[in-house]
Amino acid sequence: MRKEETVYAVSPVEQERQAFRKRQGTRSIIISIVSTLVLAAAIMLTLHFAPGWPRVQHTFFSGEQFAKSFPIVLQGLWLNVRVLIYSLIGTAVLGTLIAVIRISKSAVLFPLRILAQAYTTIMRGIPMLVVLYIIGFGIPGLGIFGRIPVEVLGTIAVTMSYSAYIAEVLRAGFQDVSPQQRASARSLGLTSGQTVRLVIIPQALRKIAPALMNDFIAMQKDVGLISTLGAIDAVRAAQVQVALTFNFTPYIVASVLFILLSVPFVIINDWYTAKLRKREQTGGMV
Amino acid sequence: MAYEIIANAATPQQREEKAVLRIDNVVKRFGDNTVLDHISFDVNKHETVAMLGASGSGKSTLMKCVNLLEQVSDGQIWLGDLDITDPRVDSDEVRARIGVVFQHFNLFSHMSVLKNVTLAARKVFNWDKERANDKAMELLKRIGMDHKAKEYPDRLSGGQQQRVAIVRALMMDPELLLLDEITSALDPLLVGEVLEMVEELKDQGATILMATHEMHFARSAADRIILLRNGKVAENGTPEEVMDNSTDPETQAFFRSYRS
Repeated sequence: MRKEETVYAVSPVEQERQAFRKRQGTRSIIISIVSTLVLAAAIMLTLHFAPGWPRVQHTFFSGEQFAKSFPIVLQGLWLNVRVLIYSLIGTAVLGTLIAVIRISKSAVLFPLRILAQAYTTIMRGIPMLVVLYIIGFGIPGLGIFGRIPVEVLGTIAVTMSYSAYIAEVLRAGFQDVSPQQRASARSLGLTSGQTVRLVIIPQALRKIAPALMNDFIAMQKDVGLISTLGAIDAVRAAQVQVALTFNFTPYIVASVLFILLSVPFVIINDWYTAKLRKREQTGGMV
Repeated sequence: MAYEIIANAATPQQREEKAVLRIDNVVKRFGDNTVLDHISFDVNKHETVAMLGASGSGKSTLMKCVNLLEQVSDGQIWLGDLDITDPRVDSDEVRARIGVVFQHFNLFSHMSVLKNVTLAARKVFNWDKERANDKAMELLKRIGMDHKAKEYPDRLSGGQQQRVAIVRALMMDPELLLLDEITSALDPLLVGEVLEMVEELKDQGATILMATHEMHFARSAADRIILLRNGKVAENGTPEEVMDNSTDPETQAFFRSYRS
């Protein structure tokens, strides 16, 4: 439905206002450029004159080490990506399930509600690392399942920990949808389940998308903790390189890769929420 | 504007006197607070009944009981031959037979106008997309809103939203239409377009139970007025009987307060 913008002749008052806004806009851009340059210069000068800078630079930002460790760390990152994808699916399913149980009112689900509440309370309380140890060393220790790859155990641990966080974010989102929307949906004859699926969840997701994205990026980093179980992920690969060379640059490589990994999701999220806002809500100046 | 929104619009001659809705000794308590105190009345086929009463007199609660959004504490509600207060009744099926329009429109903000109107047809009655869209577009066209079918509710005016909400409620030809203070959230200029639509529906033979504060509208559109007071039916009669000729001093005082 994109139409060509029509150019309207405007009064001198509006012309003056437009000119003023344009001047203001230009001024803001100039100020931000200048302040960025000043800040960058200050940081560079500080580093330049710091007595230990050359050594720090060599230890953390060695170009040679960067190039050397990059392919190895990248290979490790592939494991992170795979674990991340599976944990993401698991977390979405388990988190939604727990959240739906938490908001359900059915008497039959009472014991499950108590369980769900206990689960979110306990899992959010335990440090991620401890969850990893319990799952990663505890389950194989039972000796029931035979040998399970550490990647799988790590995925389970990440999923268990994060579904507790996600469940609470989702629950808040579900409860934030006006009860009138629920009444309206039920009045049309939709079942309780259809109401949750077609009305409550889509509306809640729009509100909590930024919070979910936050958890998602945190999860992306915490996936790196599976290295404590012995899996060679990006962090572990970097660690091995550091141990070989006594140079910390591989850690920087891993960090850069993690940042790059998160950027597309951040962009997609911002774009999507902006699109929804534009489509479903009338705009305004504030 | 002539709408023809009710399927099989009946001429006045064809109209038979048969209770579509029978409220029989309904009681609703919230704790010790008795909100509905043995309410009884009928809504006959093709009849428009307006419930009046001060805020807190129980109008909205009764509406919710009829739509099974609240459980009655005692008494029965009959929709045709079905006792809908029977716990063995499928509430979703009952709700699907009743069209409801709310004070705050309650359109689904994440769905376009067309999706809002077709939701029940698609998901409850399992119509295919084409059939649902055709009927919805037809209805929207009759209220002059077909060009807004792809818009999202928040971009419409209050009056437009409420008219879409009415179309949504009418989509599956409900046996009964509940209008719960549907103009209370609208500014006076927009009230007219919504009430005009209700009058059209009435003329086409819809069966309507409405709660309202619009006295002029109740007088002109309603066949019968039910005045609720402290959870009881204080008056039940034609607009003239209730609004002009009641001998009850409290009733007289109620309408005087609106007239001034």
